[in-house]
Amino acid sequence: MVPETSVRSLEQRFILKVPSSTRNLVMIREFVNRVAEQAWLSETERGQLELAVDEACSNVIEHAYGHDVQKEVTVRATFDDDAVRIAVVDQGAGFDPEAVDQEALETLIEQRKTGGLGMRLIRSLMDEVHYEIEPGRKNELTMVKRRQPPGVGPERGSGSDPES
Amino acid sequence: MPEPFVITRAVHGEIVVLALAGFLDAHTAPRFETAVQSEIDAGHHRLVVDATALSYISSAGLGVFMGFIEEVREAGGDIKIAALAPKVREVFNLLGFDAIFDLVDDVPAAVERFTATPSA
Repeated sequence: MVPETSVRSLEQRFILKVPSSTRNLVMIREFVNRVAEQAWLSETERGQLELAVDEACSNVIEHAYGHDVQKEVTVRATFDDDAVRIAVVDQGAGFDPEAVDQEALETLIEQRKTGGLGMRLIRSLMDEVHYEIEPGRKNELTMVKRRQPPGVGPERGSGSDPES
Repeated sequence: MPEPFVITRAVHGEIVVLALAGFLDAHTAPRFETAVQSEIDAGHHRLVVDATALSYISSAGLGVFMGFIEEVREAGGDIKIAALAPKVREVFNLLGFDAIFDLVDDVPAAVERFTATPSA
């Protein structure tokens, strides 16, 4: 974890690189939690960020890299006063974000599917999701969680957050 | 480092209770999938998943529930999910799993649900 402080609006930047193995998901979630803590996200928001990044990294490890531990997954986190942005970067096969499974849950169940839920979770957990897909060169999935201005009441989030 | 994911099996008559503890993610979901598959292979279709000590779930874990529910229901059984922590339950709700799965407060309530609606 290497913090760098840039001149522009005190943006802080953190990078984690791990071998492409699901074994490292625990470490990735820990990293995201630590960054989210520094960014003063609420417990609910930290949980949302942790899950979204886990989903993005699981997709890379299982699909883009096919569990090849020689490959590396990069998680780059930045935050400033406005938002926490986390990019998951790989050099794998890439995917077509438009073609990601949009089928109804009932249909997935009837077809006894076990996957196809990760992207829909990411979309529902994050405020913004961006892709830059260059298969085999660099694929980057950026997820943005906007910071709530201070003083926003406890009605934000799930309402069950003890910190809000 | 403590074991990140543990499955404990208990039997209540015809009902098998699988208690999950720790993190259910893409790394540990295959073990849960194997556990559920073994129950089905052994003819056990009335399953309760005790989530009391489950602290985290990602879509890989939800995928296991999704992949088996049709099969156990067709066989006259069900997978009832008991005692989800609020943080974990939120993930079930986000994906609409609360409309499809029987989520109950605790294991006795789940067992009760099976005895109230006997399989054909």
